[in-house]
Amino acid sequence: MKGSTFRSYLGFFVLLGICLVVLGFSPPLGKKVFATAFRNILFMLSVVPPIFILVGLFDAWVPREKVVERLGETSGMLGMGIALALGAFAAGPLYAAFPVAEVLLRKGVSLRNVWIFLGAWSTMKIPMLLFEMQNLGGAFALSRYLMSFVGVLSIAFFLDRFLKEEEKEAIRCPFLGE
Amino acid sequence: MGDLSTLIFYILALSWLFFSFFEDRKRTEQALRRAWKSFISILPPFLVVLFILALSIALLPEKTIATFLGEGSGFLGYLTASVVGAITLVPGFVAFPMAKVLLNQGAGIAQMAVFISTLMMVGVVTFPLEVRYFGVKATTWRNFLAYCYSFLVGYTVWFFVRMVK
Repeated sequence: MKGSTFRSYLGFFVLLGICLVVLGFSPPLGKKVFATAFRNILFMLSVVPPIFILVGLFDAWVPREKVVERLGETSGMLGMGIALALGAFAAGPLYAAFPVAEVLLRKGVSLRNVWIFLGAWSTMKIPMLLFEMQNLGGAFALSRYLMSFVGVLSIAFFLDRFLKEEEKEAIRCPFLGE
Repeated sequence: MGDLSTLIFYILALSWLFFSFFEDRKRTEQALRRAWKSFISILPPFLVVLFILALSIALLPEKTIATFLGEGSGFLGYLTASVVGAITLVPGFVAFPMAKVLLNQGAGIAQMAVFISTLMMVGVVTFPLEVRYFGVKATTWRNFLAYCYSFLVGYTVWFFVRMVK
């Protein structure tokens, strides 16, 4: 356990080292890096708690069969619609979407729908669309939104087709054994 | 904008937690334990992403990004915009006003659209996080496809905006 904990933090230590090197070479720049990182961490801690709580509650209360029925391999158009809506009404940066994707995978949501959900979260959030319209105009925002919609669906479909069954199993596997 | 949706999330989470607690204490405990566990397991890649983000903001301030894109014209600017969008992680509420300013400074519609599209769909910085869940192959392909597709987005948006005008 100890060893694996250290290993999972290895990337973080490497980056911390890089930041310290920057600090050594250029104190003002290094200070800026650490200040920004600290701000980012605070922001993350202010945004993510409700998402994790919701994920935990969802996990404890929503039965797997229900989820599979609505969002599983055979859920069809309705499942895709739900996955899109889940992402589009979300809040928060993309990194907050991954824990949600994890619980979806564990509950038996099809990979295709998980990709649709992530794609919608990254580029089809409704609040973002409104903000984009304010800044860049309706034609720009709406045409980009429409293109995002087509792109998100196409990429999810393609990945689903393109990956071999055993590769998809390998992705799902770690989440099923809990 | 983002604050309101976060607030809604808090209200949702806390009210559900409240009802859950009255309904079934044991299950609520289990839910919270699960929430904590998924938080702890994702913390290392989270921290990596946040630090890369901080480094890129410090080493590539907005002004630098603006120079790259504002002067970029034609296909080279298009290419630059896509690469900058793919590697940086600028949140939307910063990116849109920035794109607006750049447009006023003479950057092209297509460049801005490809920049925003790659910004949102291609995540070089979030790559380690994504790999953890979907493996190297799927993650590489998803990002590669999203990158290529963004060029189409840029062209289409440019076409539409010009048509409306």
